[in-house]
Amino acid sequence: MSQPIAFLPPRADVLSQRERIIADLGRLLPDGGLVHEARELVPFETDAYVAYRQLPLAVALPRTTQEVSAVLDYCNRNGVPVVPRGAGTSLCGGAIPQPDAVVLGLSRMSAILEVDLENRVARVQAGVTNLSISETVGPEGFFYAPDPSSQLACTIGGNIGMNSGGAHCLKYGVTTNNLLGVTMVLMDGTIITLGGSHLDSAGYDLLGLVCGSEGQLGVVTEATVRILAKAEGARPVLFGFATSHEAGACVADVIGAGIIPVAIEFMDKQAIEICEAFAKAGYPLHVGALLIIEVEGSEAEMEAMLAAIVAIARRHGVMTVRESQSATEAALIWKGRKSAFGATGRIADYICMDGTVPLGKLSHVLQRTEEICTGLGLRVANVFHAGDGNMHPLILFDANDPAEAAKAEAAGNEILKVCVEAGGCLTGEHGVGIEKRDLMRFQFSQADLDQQMAVRYAFDAGWLLNPSKVFPLEGRPAA
Amino acid sequence: MTDHYRPQSEDEARDVIRQALETGMALSVIGGNTRSGLGNCVAADAELCSTGLCGVVDYEPGEMVMTARTGTPLFEIEAALSANNQMLAFEPVDHRGMMGTQGEPTIGGVFLSNASGPRRLSAGAARDSLLGLRFVNGRGEAIRAGGRVMKNVTGLDLVKLLAGSHGTLGFVTEVTFRVLPRPETQATIVLYGFDDATATNAMAAAMAQPADVSGAAHIPRASAASLSGVLGEDTAITALRLEGLSASVAVRATSLAARLSAFAPTVTVDAAESARLWRAIRDVAPFQTFQDRPLWRVSVAPTAGHRLVAALRQKAEADALYDWQGGLVWLQMNGEPQADVLRRTIAAIGGGHATLMRASAAQRVAISAFEPQPVAIAALSARIKAKLDPAEIFSPGRMAPDIRKTMQIAGMRG
Ligand SMILES: Cc1cc2nc3c(=O)[nH]c(=O)nc-3n(C[C@H](O)[C@H](O)[C@H](O)COP(=O)(O)OP(=O)(O)OC[C@H]3O[C@@H](n4cnc5c(N)ncnc54)[C@H](O)[C@@H]3O)c2cc1C
Repeated sequence: MSQPIAFLPPRADVLSQRERIIADLGRLLPDGGLVHEARELVPFETDAYVAYRQLPLAVALPRTTQEVSAVLDYCNRNGVPVVPRGAGTSLCGGAIPQPDAVVLGLSRMSAILEVDLENRVARVQAGVTNLSISETVGPEGFFYAPDPSSQLACTIGGNIGMNSGGAHCLKYGVTTNNLLGVTMVLMDGTIITLGGSHLDSAGYDLLGLVCGSEGQLGVVTEATVRILAKAEGARPVLFGFATSHEAGACVADVIGAGIIPVAIEFMDKQAIEICEAFAKAGYPLHVGALLIIEVEGSEAEMEAMLAAIVAIARRHGVMTVRESQSATEAALIWKGRKSAFGATGRIADYICMDGTVPLGKLSHVLQRTEEICTGLGLRVANVFHAGDGNMHPLILFDANDPAEAAKAEAAGNEILKVCVEAGGCLTGEHGVGIEKRDLMRFQFSQADLDQQMAVRYAFDAGWLLNPSKVFPLEGRPAA
Repeated sequence: MTDHYRPQSEDEARDVIRQALETGMALSVIGGNTRSGLGNCVAADAELCSTGLCGVVDYEPGEMVMTARTGTPLFEIEAALSANNQMLAFEPVDHRGMMGTQGEPTIGGVFLSNASGPRRLSAGAARDSLLGLRFVNGRGEAIRAGGRVMKNVTGLDLVKLLAGSHGTLGFVTEVTFRVLPRPETQATIVLYGFDDATATNAMAAAMAQPADVSGAAHIPRASAASLSGVLGEDTAITALRLEGLSASVAVRATSLAARLSAFAPTVTVDAAESARLWRAIRDVAPFQTFQDRPLWRVSVAPTAGHRLVAALRQKAEADALYDWQGGLVWLQMNGEPQADVLRRTIAAIGGGHATLMRASAAQRVAISAFEPQPVAIAALSARIKAKLDPAEIFSPGRMAPDIRKTMQIAGMRG
């Protein structure tokens, strides 16, 4: 049985000064910007990695970049750890607090500051939800491309923290490819602006470094993101196969043939049943694996691309091909896919893995995943972004059964090892957080990790920002 | 500078770097040396060259991923990709013409200078294609960053940090990058005779269409005149490129041309001519002739480009060429580089950055090649540099935030 994941031991000096810290921060954040009653802290005790929870010391909810700066400066001078938080939908425990930490939540900074259609950018506060950007620019024919399934709730700040992706990233890239600038506050309170409405940076690509840094380098308060013109039309098409093996091979061949649809999503039998029961999307239930392939463009373009994809699918013995006949039907198909995690959560507890593997290894890794889980007597549902090899096995278990929970965690670790051995990585879009922190050595040598940590020190020498995350607790270099 | 090191393996590179560390020797890191004029003058005791690290290590066309040693000539990479109908998405710029250099560009040099061409607008920069790399840091340690899959958020993204670092953070020995299928065909819609402001409006209108425009450039009349052979008209050219399946390009070209007819009549040029035009734009052909004229590369918001040029012309004489929907401005100065005026104007129109691409030796010493950074960012960058290259052995001064520091270093080393 695996050990529970450890946090850094709380700083006794901070805990003993709790009352003073709360009073001081309260003065920096007027209008109820500081939350500290135990009852009010409960909503912040965990994120979507619910297996772990602990109350923070307090929660700061600033309204301006200046307030964020004041809070960080204070915490820095007083040695108080800070855990930045957006909507708390992290699946790897990235936003889980610790008893000696102040959670810095961006929920009160949720304004869209500027939409500039001519330059195709939007400037927003970090607490704005992902979906609200697309909703704002949608009527003008534009959208913000990265679309995590959690887009209704998750924030741009969190997306930057995790370099989040989504179903349509195959064509449009992930957050880092769509981010042009940020305003952020360093741990010592310094406010810096990286990038802007122009492309690329003058010096080192600090924006690229910050994106995906899981709240360890600074707190993002504003972002400039690229918005794109919406395609003329888009059509998701369902391809049903007898087995996962055939579906996986079809994905590799589509990409190998030089065809890049906007999205290729994969569901195995388990996932199809769960999603269909929840969303009634009309998924075929007699198949062993399903691909949702979305093509977009003009009618002629979609036809041409689909014809090529169908030809490849036939070579892999596709059983059913179904095009959505209406916008409603298309929306339903996506609703089914995007509610996969929620729907799974209704039937069991689950942990969601996020390893990425080279496309040629998809079938192999799917098979190993199945073997690992059934070997431990666990059920697994696979639903993921197949076009870029980003797998999401959902390992089902009963959280009230500690032995089974431990088995699920062990299965997850085993699966990630398989991903790394196949030439892939531990996490494609959900981040390391606490969940994969102790697995980092599967993928990186100590020298690799030391170099990353050294760079981290250049931002936060006291190691106060989200300190229990990403890097194994042992073997951290001295400042 | 006398010594020249050309390691044949990563291990040999580590030995050179460890020796440099022990003896306090500063190394100027180079590849094919075709971009040697990029950045500030380097104060180094020896050259450390990547061209001994040569060859494609791994190429999986079906996975659209290639790994190559950094000294591999770009033409070899492109030939291998071409044979499989694939390409580098970001259309690497060939700097030889504009910088008056010779030799062979290397794949390492491309990524280390983030040399992205016209398709940067739609397909991202070189840094966006780079998935992983290996490098030797200033302590002589071999480090691996990133990986070989498209989606990867495991740990800090040192890959982005190293891309575009011009050899100042480490000696990169191997790069792994994503490639794309080569589009079946291309076509370019051309509008003639626009002034810069009208052209900017037309490009913005085109980018707002669902036409998947993969290149949007404007060549004013003065610059178009020297585009001999390409299109051959003595008038301004505004160009919008479409790429993809033949059927799709034809449909998009028709509908985009219809939309743009509100601005002016359009001409659609075929694939061969389109390819020639975009190569000329990519390599800034109009500004290759007068090597004695200073050349700037400016990145601003797309609609700010022409305003920048108009404001600058109040104070200085300059020719311009616009790419990236108007946001990438190549500026050839007829006289002094006018760095201060240019950079003040950029700040005044909403921000961006200017890089000095070509100037006389005296001018290069006096001007910071890269946009000077605000103090906090310069300090942060210096701290980061110190974490990768504590003894400052890699290309000291090249990206120095303050040109005076470079001169001090140069002076110190005599
Ligand atoms: C049902 C469900 C589906 C999901 N689907 C996807 C998906 O398809 N693709 C995907 O990529 N992810 C997905 N996720 C994961 C999650 O939604 C993303 O990681 C998201 O970006 C987190 O955003 P958030 O606002 O909730 O951030 P949080 O969870 O609050 O924080 C995430 C991390 O970012 C840091 N952070 C937050 N805000 C800031 C800031 N302003 N400055 C600096 N650091 C900050 C935090 O410290 C933390 O480390 C899903 C999650 C759920 C629950």
